[in-house]
Amino acid sequence: MPEIAVTDARGTEAEKNAVADAIAIQSPGLITFDAIGPALTFDGDRIARAGAERLFHRRHLLLPVLHAVRDAVGHISEGGANEIAEALQIPPAEVFGVASFYELFTFEPAGADDVVHVCDDTACRIRGALGLIDELRSDGAVVHGSPCLGLCEQAPAVFVQRTGEQHVSVRSATKDLVTAALGGAKTTPIAPVPQDPADLTLLARVHDPLAVDYDGYVARDGYKALAKAVSMTPAEVIAHVGDAGLTGRGGAAFPTGFKWSAVAGEEGPRHLVVNADESEPGTFKDRVLMEHDPYSLIEAMTIAGYAMGAEQGWIYIRGEYPEAARSLKSAIAEARSKGLLGDDVGGHNFRFDIEIRLGAGAYICGEETALLNSIEGYRGEPRNKPPFPTTNGLFGRPTAINNVETMVNVNQIMMLGGEGFAQLGGGRSTGTKLFCLSGHVERPGVYEVTYGATLREVIDLAGGVVGEMKAILMGGAAGSFIGADMFDVPLTIEASRENGFSLGSGVIMVLNDSVDFDDFVARIAQFFRDESCGQCVPCRVGTVRQSESLLRIREKGAPVEEERVMLDDFAKVMADASICGLGHTASGAILSAMDLGLIGGTR
Amino acid sequence: MWGSNAREAHPIFFHHALAGVRNGAKMMAVDPRRSQTAKFADLWLGLNVGTDIALANGVGKYILDNNLQNDAFIAHSTQGLDAYKASIEEWTLERTAEVTGLPEYAIAELAEAYATAPTAQICWTLGITEHHTGAENVMALCNLSLLTGHVGRYGSGLVPVRGQNNVQGGGDMGALPNKLTGFQDVANDEIRAKFEAAWDCTIPAEPGLHLTLMFEAMERGELTTVFCIGENPADSEADINHARKVLEGLDMLVVQDIFLTRTAELADVVLPASAGWAETEGTVTNSERRVQRSRKALDPPGMAKDDLEIINLIAERMQPGWGNPSAEEMWDELRTVSPMHGGMSWERLEEHGGLQWPCPTLDHPGTLFLHGWLWEEDLGGSEPAPFTVNEWRPHVDQLDDDFPLLMTTGRVLDSYNTGVQSDGYNSPIRSGEALDMNPHDAARLGIETGSRVEVSSRRATIDMTVRVQPDLPVGLTFTTYHFADTTDTNQLTIEAWDKKSGTAEFKATAINVRPKATAGA
Repeated sequence: MPEIAVTDARGTEAEKNAVADAIAIQSPGLITFDAIGPALTFDGDRIARAGAERLFHRRHLLLPVLHAVRDAVGHISEGGANEIAEALQIPPAEVFGVASFYELFTFEPAGADDVVHVCDDTACRIRGALGLIDELRSDGAVVHGSPCLGLCEQAPAVFVQRTGEQHVSVRSATKDLVTAALGGAKTTPIAPVPQDPADLTLLARVHDPLAVDYDGYVARDGYKALAKAVSMTPAEVIAHVGDAGLTGRGGAAFPTGFKWSAVAGEEGPRHLVVNADESEPGTFKDRVLMEHDPYSLIEAMTIAGYAMGAEQGWIYIRGEYPEAARSLKSAIAEARSKGLLGDDVGGHNFRFDIEIRLGAGAYICGEETALLNSIEGYRGEPRNKPPFPTTNGLFGRPTAINNVETMVNVNQIMMLGGEGFAQLGGGRSTGTKLFCLSGHVERPGVYEVTYGATLREVIDLAGGVVGEMKAILMGGAAGSFIGADMFDVPLTIEASRENGFSLGSGVIMVLNDSVDFDDFVARIAQFFRDESCGQCVPCRVGTVRQSESLLRIREKGAPVEEERVMLDDFAKVMADASICGLGHTASGAILSAMDLGLIGGTR
Repeated sequence: MWGSNAREAHPIFFHHALAGVRNGAKMMAVDPRRSQTAKFADLWLGLNVGTDIALANGVGKYILDNNLQNDAFIAHSTQGLDAYKASIEEWTLERTAEVTGLPEYAIAELAEAYATAPTAQICWTLGITEHHTGAENVMALCNLSLLTGHVGRYGSGLVPVRGQNNVQGGGDMGALPNKLTGFQDVANDEIRAKFEAAWDCTIPAEPGLHLTLMFEAMERGELTTVFCIGENPADSEADINHARKVLEGLDMLVVQDIFLTRTAELADVVLPASAGWAETEGTVTNSERRVQRSRKALDPPGMAKDDLEIINLIAERMQPGWGNPSAEEMWDELRTVSPMHGGMSWERLEEHGGLQWPCPTLDHPGTLFLHGWLWEEDLGGSEPAPFTVNEWRPHVDQLDDDFPLLMTTGRVLDSYNTGVQSDGYNSPIRSGEALDMNPHDAARLGIETGSRVEVSSRRATIDMTVRVQPDLPVGLTFTTYHFADTTDTNQLTIEAWDKKSGTAEFKATAINVRPKATAGA
C-alpha cells in the first residue's frame, strides 16, 4: 500500500507506458478539454510551466489512467501510483485516496494475472454462486465474491478481470466456462428478451444481431428520430419530451422534460451525462440495451445534446460491463467516422460528442452526484444538494443526468410526438417500461410492457413462478419485499407508491420457498455495508450495525423482535441524516422482509 | 509570487490564493527554487539568488520599450519617471538574462503578463527582504506597480505577506526605532511634543537602534542591558556563534517568552508570559492593516502572566502610581495619540469584525486601499508617488574555488522559524533538517540522500545530512533553521545586512560541502 507521503518508488516501464498511453489516447471526441498540453514542461533547470489550467483540467484523467495501469500490470503499485501522480500532477495521497475507493483496484498483486469476480449477490446466490466459488477456489483460481454483476437472468454470473487482456463476463457460469474464459474465450452476448418482437418498441432491435452495426441500425429505422429532432428547434424538442410525460427510469421518476429545460436555461457550456452505472442488485435492462442496441443510446444522446445545447456527452458505465462498453466504444467510433458525432453532427450545424468513462466497482457511483465526482477524478462520494446538477453539475457546469432507459425513450418520443407518447399508459406513468425478471420465474429476462400492466401479467409473460412463491424483491436491494397480495397491483409509479413499494429500476426478483431468507437478507445488509461510501456517519456506522444484527439473527438465532427495535432506530437515523439515497434506502428491504415474516426461522 | 514560498510558509493565505488560481487567475513564481508554491504556477522563473533588482529593472525596461506602461496613471500619480528610465537603460533583455540566468523569452513573458493583466498583484516575502539590498528589492518591485497602475485599486496591489498575525501591529504600535505609535516620526518636533504632553515625559529626538545595530552596540559594550520580549535571537540571528557570544557578554538579559528558548537559557531573568491567542485580551493587526480583537479564553498556566501585566508591574516599580490599566484602557489611551486608530473603539472593532486603518473618527468606515489616493483627482492632497532608482549589487558572500556552492535558507510547512512554537509537536511530514542539493551536484560529490556531509562557510563548519532534490538548479543548495538544536544553520550564514531595513542576508551564503569519511574509510 503506498504511503500517504511521497516516496521515491518509481514505476516499471510497463506502468510508465500505461500512464503515457492512457493520457495520449484521450478520445478525439473530447470537446471540453481539447488542446491541453502535458501537465508540466521544463526548459533547462530554470523554467517550468504547469499552472492551474493544466493541473485542474487533467484531474478527470485519473480514473482512466488508474484503469490503464491496473489492466497493464494487475494492480496499482506504489511506483505506479507515483507515476500517475507525477503525470497528472495530483498529490500521491489523492491518487491513493481515489484508487482505494474502488473495488476493482488493489495495491497488492492479486496472486494471479486474472481475478475471477463471482457474483454471490441476490439472484446468483440462489442459483449456485457459492458452490461455484468453492469449485473455482479449489481449482486454484483467485476468486473474489462480488456484488451483483447485472447478469441476473443468466445466473450465476462471473466477471473475469484480466491483466494485459480484455476483461470478459461469463454468463450461466460453470467451472468449465470460467476456465475457458481464463484461457481467452470471449463471450458473445445473447439478448435475454423472450418476448415476441412485434410487441416491443424500446427493445425492438435487441433480437437482431445486425442492429449492433451501423448499417443494420440505419436499415432498422435508426437515426430517423434524430432527423425528426433537427427538423425542429431545440425548444420544440424539449417541449415534446415534456409533453410526453417521460420520467426518469433509474428509480427516482423525475420528469425528464423539466430537467432538460432547466439545463437549457443555464449558461453553457453544458454537459449531458448518461448514467450507465447499473449496479442495483437485480437490474440488467440497461446492459441489454447497450450490448445489443448501442446506436439507439447514441442517437438519443445526440438528440438530447441538440435540445439542450450540450456539446459534450458522457456515458459512465460500470467497469463490470466489458461487453457493453466495447459495444458502445465501437459504435461511438463508427458514429464519429460517419460524421454523426463531432463538430458538425450530420451536417446539422451543431457540435456533440460522447466520451465513455468506466467505473471501477462502486455501487455508490450510480448516485448522480457521486458519478460526477467519479468522472472528475475524485472519490465517488455524493455531493450535497442543492445546488443540483442542472445548475452545478459536471465540472461545475449545468448538467443533465439521465439513465440509459430514460434516454432511449427519447427516440420513441421523437417518432410518436410528445402527445402520441403520452397516450401510452397514463397519469405520471407514460410510455413503456422495462422490467428485469430474475429468480424463480420460468424465463428470466428483460420484459417491456406499457405502463399499467399488473405484476401478475408481467410475471406471466415470464412464464410464471417456479415452485411455491414466497416473496418478490421489487426495485432491488434499495427496494422492498412484497407478497402475493400485490399480484394485481398495476406496475405504475402511482399504484406502486400507494401500495408502499417502489418500482425503482424495474427489478422483479421472484423468490420461492427454497430460498434461505435469513441468508438472503443478510447478504443485502452486507451489500450496503460494503457499498456505503462512508462519508455520512449514520450510514457508515448504521449499515455495519445493521449487517451485524442480521448476522446475529442468522448465526446466533437472536430474537427478531429485539433486533427490530434497534434496526428501526438505525433506519430512522440513516434516513434522516444521510445525504444520499443509499443511506435512505439501506433499511427498506430488511425491514420489509421482517414485516413479511421472512426472517428468523419462519421458513 | 516573487520570493515567496507561501504554499509552505503562509499556507492559509495560499489557500485563498489557490482559490483564485482555481477561478482562472494566472500565477507566476519568481524564485531560485522550484518551490511548492512555484509548482502551482503557470510559469516558474528560477532566477539567480540575489538578482531580483536586475529582473525587476529588466521587466520595467521591457514594459517601457514595448509601450505597455499606463501613461495616464504615470502622468497623474507618479514622479521621477525620467530618472528611473535612465537608471534601467542598461537592463536590456540580453543583460537581464545574463545576470538572472533566465531565458529572455521568460522575462518578456513575465513583463507582458504583468503589464497587460486587468488586475495584478505582486506578493513577496523574505525571498525579497532577506538580502543586503532588501529594501531596494522592495522598491524595485514598487516601481513596476507604478509603471502599470497595479496599485491602490480592487484586485491589484503590492502584497508583502507577513510571517505572523501581528507583524503589522508591532510596527503600528511603535516597536520600530524611528517611529512612535501610529507610524509617527520620532524626529518630528510637533509629534514628539504631542506624545511628551500626553505621556508627561521627554522623548529623545534621535531614532533608537534596530536589532542588527543593537547587536553591534552590545559588541562595543555600549548596550549592556536587554529586555527581550517574544524574540529568540540566540537561534535566529545570522552568524549565530557571534550573536550568542554577544548575548552572553551582557550585564543583564531579561527574556519574556512563553517557552524557555535558547535566548531565555542565556538570561539572568526569565518572565513567563501568556500566549498571545487564547490567554490574552487585546488586538492584533494583520497584513491588510485590519485591527482585530483577540480575546482571552483561558488563564495562563503556572506563574505566567499577560505581557501587558508584566510591563505594568515593572513600570509600577519604576514609577509608583502607574497602576495596572486594562488592555482596553490602554487601547483607548493609544487612540488619543495615534490618529489612524482614533475611530477604533473596541465596540466598533467587535461590531465590524475588525477595521482597517487609517480610521481617524468614530464615523469613519476604515480604509480598504492604503494607496487608493493614487487614483483620486487631487491625490488626496499627497505628493505623487516617486519612482526610485535601485542599483543591482550582487550578494555579499561570493562564490570562489573554496566555497563553490550557494546556500539559501527558508521554511518548510511543518515548522516555524526557530521551532520555538512548532518543535513541540510531531508532524508526519517532518523530515528534519537537511541540506537540499541538486542531483548533478550530489553526483559530482559522490553523495546521495542520507549522506552525512561537512558544510563550511567562511565563518563556521557544521555537519549536515544531504537530501537530493531535483527542484533546485545546479549550484544552489537549500536548508532551513528550524532545528537549531541538531543543525545550527545560522553558524554558517553571513551577518551582511541591509542598512535600511536591518535585515540580514539569510538568502545567500557561499559554502563548501565535503562528504564525511564513512566508518572504516
